[in-house]
Amino acid sequence: MSDKKKVLIINRRAPYGRSNARDSLDVALTCGVFEMPISLLFADDGVFQLLGGHQAKDIGQKNLSANLAALPMYDIDQLFVCESSLNTHGLASDQLDHNPTVVDHNAIQQLIQSHDVVLTF
Amino acid sequence: MALHTLNQPPGNTQCLERCLNALSDGDALLLIEDGVLATLPAHASRFDAIAANVSLFALQADLDARGLNVLKDARFTVVDDGGFVDLACEQDKVVSWY
Amino acid sequence: MKFSIIVQAAPYSCQSAETAYRFAKTLLDTGHDLHRVFFYGDGVHTGSAFASPPQDEPNIPANWQALAADHDLDLVVCIAAAVRRGVLDDTEAGRYSKSGSNLAAGFELSGLGQLADAIAQSDRVITFGA
Repeated sequence: MSDKKKVLIINRRAPYGRSNARDSLDVALTCGVFEMPISLLFADDGVFQLLGGHQAKDIGQKNLSANLAALPMYDIDQLFVCESSLNTHGLASDQLDHNPTVVDHNAIQQLIQSHDVVLTF
Repeated sequence: MALHTLNQPPGNTQCLERCLNALSDGDALLLIEDGVLATLPAHASRFDAIAANVSLFALQADLDARGLNVLKDARFTVVDDGGFVDLACEQDKVVSWY
Repeated sequence: MKFSIIVQAAPYSCQSAETAYRFAKTLLDTGHDLHRVFFYGDGVHTGSAFASPPQDEPNIPANWQALAADHDLDLVVCIAAAVRRGVLDDTEAGRYSKSGSNLAAGFELSGLGQLADAIAQSDRVITFGA
């Protein structure tokens, strides 16, 4: 690795319905292994990835929420969630696992500007 | 500064609004694929709230393919594939909204 | 300028699979470098040698192969995403006791570490999603 790029991963898709959430987490964990600084932003339907109480066994999938719990072991602790997306879905931040920081549109613009690479899922 | 690409039609309001709310001063927005449908004047008001120094582009091949080149709103600058690459070079990152 | 491209769209399902190819060809034609193309999610179907589109339609896998041959490109298909979806090279076909392999020449199966490396090594990373 020539340098440590700061990577922002934006998660906009709900878990389970499509593979985006799982694909994104696999990328985050891999970048974590390479000790790249990673931030995760959950927005739009992606906020449902943070909701607690997932029980995905009966739909034949792995529990994404349990896998997100592994992030701190990879030194990934910069988690952000979009305030307006929470409002859209009538969710409150205290219903979410993994302690994300609630951010507004201005803060999201700043996140995009302050990272070297932005990936969207 | 970032180049944002959007490939979703304006009917996907969640994606369009997400993209528009993510634009910062000096950024560029390039509509590609079904995203070019938003160049129609009927959708022009959606772009009123973004900063004046965000430049708006639409990909020529996608406009042509859909018969929109003569219908598009004047505020969108048409670029070809080379212009797409140039925009990606001029801005320091690319954010894809899809 | 050194680019890497992430393709998450399946060919023939999503236009972005075609857009990604045009973007790659254009950047190479205009003198830029393409460090790696990483096919992920449904984008792994781009690596199938069995794709047989009608003759009057673009053959997207073959177009990538030709571009790779001309420019010595690194076309990496995510191994975990590919094996799930039935895109296998000889080694994986043997590992899973399949009757044949279908990874097209010019593509290679590898892990997400290749994506992390592409991010680290490239000036620009652009995603073509679905």
